[in-house]
Order: sequence, then C-alpha cells, then structure tokens
Amino acid sequence: MPALAHPKLQGRTQQPWQFQAVPRWVFALAALGALFILLPLFGMVAKVNWAQFIPLITSESSLDALVLSLKTATASTALCLILGVPLALVLARAHFGGQRILRALILLPLVVPPVVGGLALLYTFGREGLIGRSLNVLGIDIAFSTTAVIMAQTFVALPFLVLSLEGSLRTAGQKYEAVAATLGARPSTVLRRITLPLVLPGLVSGAVLAFARSLGEFGATLTFAGSLQGVTRTLPLEIYLQREIDPDAAVALSFLLIAVALVVVSLAYRTPRSPLRTLVPRGAP
Amino acid sequence: MTLELSAVMAARDVDVTFSVGPAETIALMGPNGAGKSSVLQALSGLVKPDAGHASLGGRSLFRSGADAAWLPPHERGIGSLAQEPLLFPHLNVLENVAFGPRSRGANKTAAAQKAWQWLAEVDAADLAGRKPAQLSGGQAQRVALARALATDPQLLLLDEPMAALDVNTAPFLRSLLKRVLAGRSAIIVTHDVLDALMLADRIIVMEQGRIVEMGPAATVLSHPRSAFAASLAGLNVLTGILHGSSVMTDDAGLVAGRLAGSMGGASQAGGMSEESPGRDATNALAAFPPSAVSVFLDPPQGSPRNCFAVHVTALEPQGDHIRVRAGRLAADISPAAVADLSLVPGDAVFFVVKAAEVVLYPA
Repeated sequence: MPALAHPKLQGRTQQPWQFQAVPRWVFALAALGALFILLPLFGMVAKVNWAQFIPLITSESSLDALVLSLKTATASTALCLILGVPLALVLARAHFGGQRILRALILLPLVVPPVVGGLALLYTFGREGLIGRSLNVLGIDIAFSTTAVIMAQTFVALPFLVLSLEGSLRTAGQKYEAVAATLGARPSTVLRRITLPLVLPGLVSGAVLAFARSLGEFGATLTFAGSLQGVTRTLPLEIYLQREIDPDAAVALSFLLIAVALVVVSLAYRTPRSPLRTLVPRGAP
Repeated sequence: MTLELSAVMAARDVDVTFSVGPAETIALMGPNGAGKSSVLQALSGLVKPDAGHASLGGRSLFRSGADAAWLPPHERGIGSLAQEPLLFPHLNVLENVAFGPRSRGANKTAAAQKAWQWLAEVDAADLAGRKPAQLSGGQAQRVALARALATDPQLLLLDEPMAALDVNTAPFLRSLLKRVLAGRSAIIVTHDVLDALMLADRIIVMEQGRIVEMGPAATVLSHPRSAFAASLAGLNVLTGILHGSSVMTDDAGLVAGRLAGSMGGASQAGGMSEESPGRDATNALAAFPPSAVSVFLDPPQGSPRNCFAVHVTALEPQGDHIRVRAGRLAADISPAAVADLSLVPGDAVFFVVKAAEVVLYPA
C-alpha cells in the first residue's frame, strides 16, 4: 500500500542531480543561520548536570510547573481553535468594512511585548479592570488564577493560529466550496466536509504553533497571573525563578521544555507530505 | 424543466434574456470575456445579478425588485461541470460522487448505491477506490460528470468541459455527454463547433455581454449573422440522413466520414452504424474543415474520397491561405494553388475531401 500511495516519495530518497539556482555563498550563509539557532541549544545541553538530571526535574516544584504548563497550553490551544478557526474563516472568506483594520489589530499580540499584553489583560479582566470589576461583583476573580494563565497564553498564541489558517484558506481558494454548494451541501456541511479537511495541514501547523507559543509564554503570564506554585507558575516562570536559586535546575528544566516542544512539533509534522517536516532539527538535543 | 433567465450584471456589463426548454441543450458560445461564464455563475448562484429574475421549473432562483428573492446555490438543484474536474482531493472517487446525494439527505447506503450507479454510467466503476490524484484528466472529468449527475440536477451547466482534455480523451467524453444530456436541460459553454453541433439543440452567441444570435445549431453555423458565429462557421456543414458511416445529404449526395466519438472505426461506432439502417432514419450532420478540402479542375479517378462538383462563388485571402467559397462549401488552399488552377469566381471545380476528415454527427 505505501508503495502505491506515495509513488513520489519513493523517488525522493535517491533523487538524481537537478539544476538549482541557489548560489553557493547562500549555502554558506544558510549554514551560519542554522548554526546560530542550533549552537546555543548545544551550549545549553553541554551545561546539563546529567548526574542530577532526574532528581532536578522530578522535584515537587518542577513537576507542578511541568503539569501546569502542559495543562494550560492544551487548554489554550483548544481555546485558540474554538475562537481562531471562525476568526480565520471570517477574515479569509467574508467581505466587510474595516476587515483590514480588524486583521491588523488581531495580529497585534505578535508584535506587542507579552508584558504589555499581560498589562492589557490585567486592566481589562483584573479586579479593578474594565470587565473584571463587574465580574468581581459576581464573585468571579480571574487575575492570578489558572484561568488567567490560559487567557494570557491564548492572547499571545491566537494570532499564530489565525495567521497560519487564514493563509491556508486563501491558498485553498473557494473553488471546491462552490462545487460542494452546487452539489447541494449546506454551508455547515461544506465547512465540515470540504473546507476544514482541505486546510487540515494549515490547521495542524497553526495549532502546533499556538501550543508551542503557549508553552513558552512568560511575560503576559507573569504580569496577569503572577507566579504561584501549582496555580500559575508554569515551566518558563519556574525556570526564571530557579535561575537565581539553582542554575542546574534551571538548565535541566530548560532542556525538558525543549524536549517537550520537540516531541509536540515532530508529532504534528509527522505526515510525510508536509514540507515543514524538514524544519524539525532531528536529533538536535 | 424550463429555465427562464433575465439577468443584468452591471460590473461585468452583462445583460441577457433567454430560456431553455425541457430536455433542451443550449450551446453558449462567444469570444473570451463575452460573459458566458458570468451567466453560468448567475444561474449557479455564485454571483448575484444586479437586476432580473430567473426561474427553473416554476421555482424562482432569484428576483430583483420589490419582492426580491434569492435562492442559495445548495437549494437550486443546478449541477455544474467546469473545465477542471475539481474533484475533492481528500475524498476517493466513490466518496466524491456520493457527496451530492449525501448532502441532500440520503443515508450512507443509498448515497453509495447512487454513486456506484453513476460511476457505472460513466464507465468509471473500476476507479471507485482511487484518490483524484491517481486519475488521468479524462477519468477525472468523467467522475466529475458522474458527481454532478448523481444529484439529479434539473439543469446541468457545463463550462468548457472538454477544453482541458487531450484529443484522445475528448471524443469519449463527448459521446458520453451526448448520451447523458439526452432528455436533460443543459447549457454548455464551448469554443468547439463540433461540441455545439453534436450536443446542442440551439446555439446562443454572446458578444460583449449581450446575446447577438440565437437559433438551431445547424442554422446558426450555416447562416451566421454575428461576427463570432461567422468566424466559427468556417466549418463545412451538410445535413442529411445517416447511412452506416455515410450521410445521404440533402443536396450533395452521399458523404462518407467517421462517426463522432469513434477513433478510427472503434467498436462503438461500428455498432451504431450497423444498427442504424434497420431503425428509423437518423438525421445527421457531416462536418469538415475547409483546410481538409482540395480543389481540382477534373474529378479525381478511382479515389475513395468525397467529391463535390461546385461553382466557385468567391475567393477570400485569409492570412497565408485563400478561402475558396462555393455556395455553402469552402476550401482553404495556398495562393500558389489558386494561381496554378487560375481560379476565378464562376469556375466549375471539384471539392475533394478524404472520408477520414469528415466527422458525422447523428443529430
């Protein structure tokens, strides 16, 4: 079956010489660029205290941080999907006034420092915030809770999903959707059976980017949610804290964070057809 | 099902009014940018006309004015087939064809049954398990046709369905279309005179967003009134009764040719030609391009070719060749040949064309 299903992939392993228009000096610069990313990773791995590695990452505070990070990043990725898919669909397909401005504003968290995002969230949902004040009256207190962590992560990660999915939607075009409609499919059927399956690679890579961004979130979380062990202190916050107290623990946890990120990214890009697969530095740690 | 359409699309400068009768096939022809595709899109519901109204089988598709109404594409019951097959790449062939019935509420079993039935109809049942990427262009287009028909559309819109196919696959799809379009209302956009002759009852010619000519296919092509139809009508068309692989024409005797849809006497054509004489007389068209015609002063001896005794009525320079007109027929020959024969209007000559160059269309 695999031989039949992927005839093109078979040839890829033994590709014959092909003309390419990339000058040699570009390869040299590219190698430099790759080293710039990879060398610091090796530098950190070299610093890992392997003898103490297991005890360091299984301490109570470390495990709390790891579990909290995985839980919140998963929750915020789910939230990104629930909110980001409709947002991307509307941006890519609908036509309305102010659409361009809306897109620019939605992508703002990509360029605004996360700490500013955290402050924005605090002054909106915090105890004295725009909406937080009313919520407080109802007995709901968001700031400095696990919910705040998820909100901070969603705030910074949502644009990644929207951007990735909107690009896929625009590339996929509307031709198949129009055909499906003429075949009698209602708009919701078209979305479920045609649009989403067609942009699945973009959706997956968007979700992975969102998860990775959530996992690494620091500034907005610290500002809006604080750093309370087991409640809001995620792995990056724990690493930052340990950096002062116990550098060995900080390095071990950093290594753990990279390993988790690598596993997630490589799992998501496992499909052989995805061109992004080559981006994963295999065996990098 | 009768289609009534009157639509104005200001941005595209299109303003058309026409109707399609029950079981009638219309060929919509015209130069690029004439607005043919816009008309199809308005009917599908993919663009909204600025004014006008349309109804299909008594149901309103859209209506402008005080009682404005708009039926979304998925409620129109209008199937379409474009130049690209546009099979859903993530579904296999069977799932593609079953998509329409499934979307219209059929359960899985019924939808699959319908899909099998239509795949068999287009001779593609053996492809059911394949993904669209594993199909050739002709196979994909046949599957796309099955997919469009599986929804039992009240009107079928075909937008240059054979334009992307190579010369070897187009004839098969053409004869397939002829079979499935019988008894259906359809509009086919085409640049190919042969498609129009073989598939359509009437031709509508559009130029710059307006209908400039409308009428029975053979009439429009033999007596063109619009510039576009005239440019198409370079083709020689003779009408008559089918006899085996010949047509007994009304005014030019017996014309031998090959049946449309057959490739060099394929089995299907043979079958048809053997059955035909026994049945009621079949009307047919014989068509051949002027470039296939040679001009002689004396009748060629012992040749299996078609030979027409004609009088030259006009000589028209056309690019690098000269079109010799003789009544309804035309021949394209080189200026040197004209000089050789020292042709002048009024000359009695013989137009000779090989049987292999003549295509016969059972009407």
